[in-house]
Formats: sequence, structure tokens, C-alpha cells
Amino acid sequence: MLTAENLPRPPYKTYHEWYASQDAAHLIRKTQDAENIFRKTGITFAVYGHADSSEKLIPFDIIPRIISAREWRKLAQGIEQRVLALNAFLDDIYHKQEIIKAGRIPRALIERNVTFLPEMIGFKPPGGVYTHIVGTDIVRTGEDQFYVLEDNARTPSGVSYMLENRETMMQMFPELFTLNKVQRVEDYPRLLRQSLASLAPPGCKGRPRVAVLTPGIFNSAYYEHSFLADQMGVELVEGADLRVIDGRVKMRTTRGYEAIDVLYRRVDDDFLDPMTFRADSALGIPGIMDVYRAGNITIANAPGTGICDDKAIYSYMPEIVEFYTGRKALLENVPTWRCSEPDSLKYVLEHIEELVIKEVHGSGGYGMLVGPTASKKERTEFAEKLAAKPANYIAQPTLALSTVPIFVNKGIAPRHVDLRPYVLVSDKVKIIPGGLTRVALKQGSLVVNSSQGGGTKDTWVLED
Amino acid sequence: MLGRTANGLYWMFRYIERAENIARLVDAGLRVSLTRAGSSDEDWHGVLESAGVREAYSQVHTELTAADAIDYLLRDTSNPSSVMSCIEFGRNNARMVRTALTRETWEATNECWIDLKARLARKLKQTDLPELIDVIKHRCGLIRGAFHGSMLRNDLYNFSRIGTFIERADNTSRILDVKYYVLLPAISQVGSKLDNYQWESILRSVSAHRSYGWVYDGEYQSANIADFLILKVQMPRSLAYCYEKIVSNLGYLGETYGEQLKAHETAAAIRSTLKRGSISDIMDHGLHEFLEDFVSRNNQLSAEISEGYRFYQ
Repeated sequence: MLTAENLPRPPYKTYHEWYASQDAAHLIRKTQDAENIFRKTGITFAVYGHADSSEKLIPFDIIPRIISAREWRKLAQGIEQRVLALNAFLDDIYHKQEIIKAGRIPRALIERNVTFLPEMIGFKPPGGVYTHIVGTDIVRTGEDQFYVLEDNARTPSGVSYMLENRETMMQMFPELFTLNKVQRVEDYPRLLRQSLASLAPPGCKGRPRVAVLTPGIFNSAYYEHSFLADQMGVELVEGADLRVIDGRVKMRTTRGYEAIDVLYRRVDDDFLDPMTFRADSALGIPGIMDVYRAGNITIANAPGTGICDDKAIYSYMPEIVEFYTGRKALLENVPTWRCSEPDSLKYVLEHIEELVIKEVHGSGGYGMLVGPTASKKERTEFAEKLAAKPANYIAQPTLALSTVPIFVNKGIAPRHVDLRPYVLVSDKVKIIPGGLTRVALKQGSLVVNSSQGGGTKDTWVLED
Repeated sequence: MLGRTANGLYWMFRYIERAENIARLVDAGLRVSLTRAGSSDEDWHGVLESAGVREAYSQVHTELTAADAIDYLLRDTSNPSSVMSCIEFGRNNARMVRTALTRETWEATNECWIDLKARLARKLKQTDLPELIDVIKHRCGLIRGAFHGSMLRNDLYNFSRIGTFIERADNTSRILDVKYYVLLPAISQVGSKLDNYQWESILRSVSAHRSYGWVYDGEYQSANIADFLILKVQMPRSLAYCYEKIVSNLGYLGETYGEQLKAHETAAAIRSTLKRGSISDIMDHGLHEFLEDFVSRNNQLSAEISEGYRFYQ
């Protein structure tokens, strides 16, 4: 919030004045109020492996993160460029594979990748869109300086927190929204529905029928799935509600079986179709891939987009962006060592205490080592895993992340954050001004995942 | 809508209705134990029976005490009909059909669960009971109010309402059936103290001890009480009222879906029995037989609705 001279940074100016006029006890009470709002709304998530705590709250911080319109514009341009490149990349690797032929990416990295789906080769999804919904993870290191951490092109989660955090802030501090001109995020569900419906299969007549596919009530993100279905006004379905009949995916309704045109699935590729992928999946719909390939349903995001979330592919993003857009990437990539390459592996092992090492297919902050904060024992153990299967890992330097203020009982304290803006892709790219800011609540920590003790806060993009 | 969603809504509202009715039964039981001289723990037999859990209770407790009976009815989760179990089932169903509920209805249901879970976490003290019962009724009322004030009047609404009234009709008929003998003219000694407290307890179990007075000039008479709970359309917990509603909710579904099902016939037949029947005929032919037959037809209708509208879990 403050500059080096201890003055509020320009976007925080109005907020800072308001904050100075507030009574600390009042704000502590507000933090409690926020928790009650989340609890009664049922905004909970499940942490796997904790049977007794099946419904947990993500801690919410009452100080908004504020981004100026100018900074946002710059960020949005970079994200749009990146998302368009990702779609072009997916289309290419499942068709002509020009990027491989041009020698910019090794063939093995694509074709031997478990997230590359041969079933998608030669198939063009409706509208040519692969990644309908993207949640790009960004960190800020300084004025106008942003790095992309991850692209999350598969099934980015957390958008319900973006919306609920805003609702909660407006309920608790209505005056702040009079003092500051904050850009709207509330349109997201409507835009999502429009975007999904606009990509219905070409054969679809009349109003496309959209549904959200959830693994079910025990999934950690069930709240979000039901929230999005409700906000869009579409059915929330599970695999067992659906069946392939006469070449269409149909759901069991009170009037009999009715066809679905667009499925926003929150189920991973592996589980989508037991006839094509994992045969033991009870979450999917047997035969849905045949319907998909026959052009009778749109699946969002398209199967096979998961390859973009591979952390080894990530390391090639600057090349990918340049290859498809003809311009240098506007947003920085975090320098990445691919441990599959012997020189890199040597470097990583020698500098393990300075680096963050991640599994290429990992997510949720699991299976990673944060070198600077890990114990010697943890580092040694991790080094063994790394040496045994180097291609499974990449390494990155820890960035000098900027911090934002959070509210603690003693007042304000700085913490590291990231930002996940949400992007909708149809015939155009729409980026919702804002996103989910995740906070590493532990002092000095860099891990923001909710499964690892992270919290969230409202994210404001101001109007000009 | 999904058959699973229809099923979830139907059962969500059955459970919420049941929770409230169990609370009323306990309330009536407490009232008796406080006001009747010579009352004993044995009086709770009838309450357990009205709740349909007397057998199940005796499998958990060897003797009958007021405290155990109340605990079993309100907070024992091994009893699937306890208030806590019903609220838990109701809320689980609500969570499953979350997208079918308005935010207000969901929040009222979720807050009901949060509040009662906290209040029923520990053993109850007698002094807490009146407030607790009020809270249960109050919380269930909030769910109903949010539901009425905010839900679209579409098939979701109608399935939910049908669940409410099937459950209510079932509860009212059971309450009557457990006490049917005290309403029989041959046995009851008109105006005796024993009858008065029994009858008042029946009326209290359906929160009708005041409204009864307005309709029947305040005199307790067995035939009038039976008439009130079975045939009086103005009485919101009577069988006749429930069936007016069920027929109308099913009518909506029949019209919008463009199909008449077996359930429509059954509901219309039950309604016409209640509409044309007179209480003297019912008493002459046997009140118990009438109620037994009603409960089974009500169950049959529930099964026909589940089947006709393709409910599944």
C-alpha cells in the first residue's frame, strides 16, 4: 500500500485515508462479520484427508488489493496475448504441429506428455476454442512488473471467491464503494453463460442448453460448482445424471431424457469418459467423447488442454507466444530450469537452497519444495526424488514478490500475494477486471494455496 | 429439471416439515407433564408413538424417562426422525440441490442447521427446552418464509410443496391415530378431565389449540376435534387442506408437463373422499380404520409421484 517514502501508492490513496479514520476494534469486529457471512452462505471447501473437517472456511482479509486502471490495462493486454497464443498452440499441436516442425519445442515433450490426448488429434472443437475459461496466475514484483506463474488452462477454480469476496465487501463497507470507483466483477456468470452458449455445436437449434458437470457434493470445489450453475441459471449435473442416447448426451429429468448442448465440466480429462480414458471413473459419462467428436456437444474446456498447465511446457511460453502472435510476450515468464536437461539439473541440485522446485504436473502447492524456507532434511530428501526422476521437475528462482497489506490484530502487516484474473474466450477474449487475490497468511511465506493455509481478499481495479 | 433435483427438493421439504412436527410433539408432551396433576414419564409413550419411534426408542433405552425421550426426539442422531437428524438430512438435500434454491432459502436452511447443531451439541437441560422448541419452529418458519418470498413458481416450487404436504398429512394422521381411542364417543366420558387434557394435547401437537376455539366455540368435543384435523379445509394441518394443496400442486405439474399420471388420479380420489366425507360417517365406520387406510394411500401417492416424475438419488 505504501511507497518507499511511506506514502500511500496512488491507487490506495482514498482507501488509506478511510482506513486512518477507522477504529481498530471496529475492523476486528468486521473480520468476524465476514467470517459469519461466509459460513452462512456455505462458502466452504474440503481439504482432502481431513474427514473431521469436511467443511472449512478460507480466511478472508478485509483490506482490498487495489490496482490502477493503467496497470490493469497493461496486464490485460498481456493476458489476452497469452491466452490467444495458448489456443493457437493447442490447435497447432492437435493438427499441423508446425511449432514442432519449426524446431521450437521438442516433439517428445508434446507427444510423450501424459496430458497430450491423441483422441484430440485432427479434431476442431466448436468455434475453434480450446480454453473457454482461463485463470492466469500472476505475481507483481514492482511497478508495472508482472510475471506469469501458471496459465491454468484446464479448469481454473476460485472464481466464486472473487464474486463472494466482492459481495461481502459491499455488504460490510458500502461507503468504500462510494469513495472509490471500482470496476464491476458481478457480470462474470452472465458473461460465462453467454460465452459458453455462443460456442454450442453448429447443429444446435434454438437456445443452447448449458450444464455444469461436477464430481459431486464431496468434491473440494462443490460450492463453486453449485454457485456457478445457480448464478448462470443452468443445471448442475453429475456423471450419473447423464447418459449417451442416440448420439447425444442427455440428462435424466422429471420429463424424461433431455439433451445438453454445452457442458462446462469441472471434472478432469482422465475421468471424463470411462470408455476412452480411465475405465474406473465413476464421475464421467461413458461415450461422451464419441458424441464430442461427432460434433454434438461442446465440452469446456476442451479435453487435452491440460498440456498447457504442464510446467515444462510453461518454460517454453515465451517461444510459444512469439511463434503464434509474432510479437514478444508482453508478460514475463519466470525463468525456469527444466531438470530433464542435464546442465539444468546440475545447476538446480547445486542451488537447491535458492530455488522453488515443482512437479511438472503438480498443482495446489503440493509436491513442491521452497528451497529458502525448507529444512536441510527436506532439501536432501527432495534432491533424491529429483535425481531419480529429473524430467518430472522444473525449478524457478524465488521472486522478490511485492507485498500487500493485510489486517491483523495489531493493525496492518505486509504479506505476499498472487493474482488470478479470469479470462473468457469465445469469438472474443473477455477479462473480468479483478480476479482472485490469494494471500500467504504466514509471515514471510510464499505459498498462497488455500490447501496450505492461504487466504483471499477482494481485488479492486479502479476506473480511470 | 433433473429427477435427482426433484427428489432432493421433495425430501428436503419433507424433512424440514418433519423436524417442525417433532418439535410440536415434544412441546405438547412437555405441556402435559407441566399441567396435568399425576402425570408421569409414561405419558411420553404416546409422544414417541406419534413420532413413530417407540420401538426404535426401546432398542436404545431400557426404561422410559422424560429426559431420555426428549433427548431421543430432539438430538439423538441414531434416531432418523429426531429433529437433529431431520435438519441434517434436510440440509444435505438442500446442499445437493443448491442450484434449485434461492440464496435466501439456502441461507435460511444452512443457518438453521448451524444454529441447531450448536444448540443440540450438548445434553439438554429442562430450563432450555421452551426456548429451544421456539428456536426450532422459528428456524423452520424462516426457511418457509424465504422459500415463499423468493422462489419461482415453477416445477421446483411445486415439487417442494408436495413434499411438505405429503409429510404433513402423514404426521397429522399419525398423531390422530395414536390417540384415536380417546376420541371414540363410546369410551370417552364427555367433559372429563382426562379427556380434556388428551384432547388438548392432540390440538397442541398441531398448534391448533387456539384456532380450534374460533371454529368450534371453544368446547372440546371428540367429533369436532377429529373433524378439525381431518376434514376442515381452513385448518392448515388438516388432511383436507393438505390434499387441496397436493391436488393443486400436482395440477400445475400436469398442466405444464402436459401429462396426467397415476398420481393425479390417486390424489384426486383421496381429496374427494375428504371433501365429501362427514365426520359422523368416518366415526361410524371406524376412525382407526379410516386413518390406517389414509396413511397407506398417502404413502402410495408418494411412491407414484416418485415414479411418475422419475425421481432418483
